[in-house]
Amino acid sequence: MTPTSIPTATVPGARTPADAVVSVQNLHVEFKTPLGKVNALNGVNFDVPRGRVLGIVGESGCGKSVTARAILQIVEKAGTISKGRILFRSQPDAVDLTSLDPQGREMRSIRGKEISMIFQEPMTSLNPVYTIGDQIEEAVRLHQTRDKDEARRRAVEVLRRVGMPNPEQVARTYPHQLSGGMRQRAMIAMALSCTPTLLIADEPTTALDVTTEAQILQLMRDLQAESGMSIMFITHSMGVVAQLCDDVVVMYLGRVVERAPVDDLFYNPKHPYTISLLRSIPRIGVGRGQPLESMKGGVPDPYSTVPGCPFHPRCPSAMKGVCDTVVPIEAPVEGGVDGHGVRCHLYPGCTPLDVAVDTVSEREEEE
Amino acid sequence: MPDPLLEVTGLKKHFPVKNGLLRRVVGQVKAVDGVDFTINRGETFGLVGESGCGKSTTGRTVLRLEEPTGGEVVYHHEELGPVNIGTADRQQLKRLRPEMQIIFQDPFSSLDARMTVGRIIAEPMVINRTHHGRELRDRVAELLTVVGLRPEHASRYPHAFSGGQRQRIGIARALALNPKLIVCDEPVSALDVSVQAQVLNLLESLQAQFDLTYLFVSHDLSVVEHIADRVAVMYLGKVVEVGTTDQLFYSPKMPYTEALLSALPKPDPRKRTRPTLLTGDVPSPANPPHGCHFHPRCKYAQDRCRTEVPQLRDLGGGQLAACHLADSLELKGAEPLPDVPVISAEEAVRAAASRNSRPPADVAPHGTQGAMS
Repeated sequence: MTPTSIPTATVPGARTPADAVVSVQNLHVEFKTPLGKVNALNGVNFDVPRGRVLGIVGESGCGKSVTARAILQIVEKAGTISKGRILFRSQPDAVDLTSLDPQGREMRSIRGKEISMIFQEPMTSLNPVYTIGDQIEEAVRLHQTRDKDEARRRAVEVLRRVGMPNPEQVARTYPHQLSGGMRQRAMIAMALSCTPTLLIADEPTTALDVTTEAQILQLMRDLQAESGMSIMFITHSMGVVAQLCDDVVVMYLGRVVERAPVDDLFYNPKHPYTISLLRSIPRIGVGRGQPLESMKGGVPDPYSTVPGCPFHPRCPSAMKGVCDTVVPIEAPVEGGVDGHGVRCHLYPGCTPLDVAVDTVSEREEEE
Repeated sequence: MPDPLLEVTGLKKHFPVKNGLLRRVVGQVKAVDGVDFTINRGETFGLVGESGCGKSTTGRTVLRLEEPTGGEVVYHHEELGPVNIGTADRQQLKRLRPEMQIIFQDPFSSLDARMTVGRIIAEPMVINRTHHGRELRDRVAELLTVVGLRPEHASRYPHAFSGGQRQRIGIARALALNPKLIVCDEPVSALDVSVQAQVLNLLESLQAQFDLTYLFVSHDLSVVEHIADRVAVMYLGKVVEVGTTDQLFYSPKMPYTEALLSALPKPDPRKRTRPTLLTGDVPSPANPPHGCHFHPRCKYAQDRCRTEVPQLRDLGGGQLAACHLADSLELKGAEPLPDVPVISAEEAVRAAASRNSRPPADVAPHGTQGAMS
């Protein structure tokens, strides 16, 4: 990675863990709407490990896209980062992205160059009046070279890298002339054109067919292995997570509820939400003719606030007097592998100490 | 003995492509181009394929929401006997339509935002004059209860409901006239995973309760495997393979089915395989390739496949495939996955309860929960 020419404000005392590209710490994002305040993120913590693929899973409204947008400082207008830090790069030049002006030079030199993003809908995120080549060149000329011919050459090169047949010709086409899978390849090419350290992919395969999805996943896996970049892959599909990611963060209502290396998440899931998610997807060869295990209710509407653990109204194992009053904290899983953490009162260490004593004494009194 | 409810033979739906100042017809998009299948009473018939293969158009043409260009759709009506829906007159259609309903994919655009839920569900009954006044209100309340909503929801508007609840409203509307056949056009693909399971379970229990037959159109093979009894795979407007769910998933006979199955992302990190990747995209249905439509993407293709169109033929046991090589190929089916390994929730609850009587000493203090590396 080439160091930026623009000096960025380093954060004294801030530590990005040595093996992390981005460290999101206690991130809060709120949206002010005419109907009231919506807390989209309520203290999100995670690190994107260097050279690995981190999956962020959750249902709609869990805050996974907001997290991605917060990292790039492109949260929609009504939203603000109200608390927390997002540390980028390791020491000594770690920088807190939340402290940068979203429109300022520093942020613009990071966005698209060191951190780039692929969006869900390739049709709406590509500009219909410019050719694919022009759009890739734009990023290259902004961040890497002023030479037009050189930029064009690099655009064609990166299109070839993402497996585009006939890249010279594709560079001259407009987005509507390409199929969905090809457009997504063009998006990936654009994101990779400046060799980013971190690629954020926000549901890049959701709008695609399974066959095209498989191609894109394979491509991302190959590109990641080749370039060693980190990928933060946002999805709601457990299948995609299992196939692509190294580590997984499960989010529910603006909080991380479980994190684990991918194998442990699938073979030793701890949080009732993770377990329910895994059990509610139809699995080939399992339980045909039997009802699927389903979670009761739906994701609560964002304007309401749920006391205690946000999942307790839907949780099959919710404990009265604890889960509905106290917000659990995250703790490492006992006997679990390194990096497996859970946020659920069922597990030791997740009930804050002071509250745990209170509820227990209350309970004893009741008995 | 299978008891056919719907027999589709040679169904075609072509859309004209118009161009130029005079809007002259310059070509035809053959969205559905000779589709054959039979749906038996009481079964769930899955229709799968990539986008643009004509599965939704087939579903809509079967109900004559689209006028078929050719072919027959014969519906076996209890009183009228077999009727060709494609050529039925107004009188016949009026009697057929209540028996055949549809659930749409997008629960947001398929409900009129300016009608209350009660009016939406009542509309088919008002049009067909089956219920009036108090009876109508009771029936709406009953339908709401059947799909897991509450009778008082009738006075609300669709915007007050979540995606899953809206899909339930769509289901209630489809059930209003006691249909026999329901075309489910991607009914769960717009829903969250946890809600998807609820709606699938609801569809299954309604089927048992009301003796329904489903034509289940979906691009999600895992969902189809779960819910369907028999499945047809479509590619570029044609059915390329039909069979029972077991036949199709575990011993496919058509290379396209094999490729679809291998592309499915398996929810198991220990089963990471390089899928049999299909190269390229689905060709345009306005200008399909010669011979077998699938041959440009097929890794087994031979000379014959480039010139000769394969017909759907019986391979025994009710499995049909349109492939010249169906007898000689050894294709790989889906691999069954292990069930979700889960520690018993009760065990964790018990452990938590015993632990709570003595809080552990090593509890992390507030605010340090994150950033574990």
